Amino acid sequence: MLLSPLQLSHFAAALVFAIFASVVFGITQRELPKDMLRYGLYCFSLFIGGVIVAGWAMWLIKR
Amino acid sequence: MSSTGKNLEAALDRDKARAAQPPLTAASPTMAVVAPAVGWLIPGAGHIIQGRWIRGILLMISVTCMFVLGLKMQGKIYAFNTGDLLDMLGFIGDLGAGGLYIVSRALDLGSGAIFRATADYGTKFMIVAGLLNVIASVDAHHIALGKKR
Repeated sequence: MLLSPLQLSHFAAALVFAIFASVVFGITQRELPKDMLRYGLYCFSLFIGGVIVAGWAMWLIKR
Repeated sequence: MSSTGKNLEAALDRDKARAAQPPLTAASPTMAVVAPAVGWLIPGAGHIIQGRWIRGILLMISVTCMFVLGLKMQGKIYAFNTGDLLDMLGFIGDLGAGGLYIVSRALDLGSGAIFRATADYGTKFMIVAGLLNVIASVDAHHIALGKKR
């Protein structure tokens, strides 16, 4: 069923979020296809890097 | 090769790539209104009607998938309200998804399952999908004005 409930882990949700947001940022914020791809990858790496850094920061705070 | 030489080569490459792109379209007042409106109603369509097929399809896939995944995660869709500030902002974000928001509200989807942690992710997915659609609509407006290729 199209709208059957979907359970994603926090990391999987962040990954999917990063992919789609990076595609839109890449297309809308740059003019040339090569620059779009480069900026999209840059945004994606920042999203995922931010998730990993925040994850480790929370782990340290919890300890 | 020196860094100046590399920079010059990169600038030349960029000029070549720019020359290979479609020319800047002449500013069209009608298209400047129609493109963002259509783009808001159908994500990516503002680019497609201006001949930017690949960009339009990628935007359509991204915004639509994000919104549908939010629904599948049992996220909440905000209705118009004058209550809590965050609820009002949630409504504004959701409204950005245009046609997706209208159809979801008409089908009474997105009631939100507060007992699931992933439902909250879903709520945020739909708000962000709406906000990304607004960015895409503004981009379509800039293309129509000739500010962007």
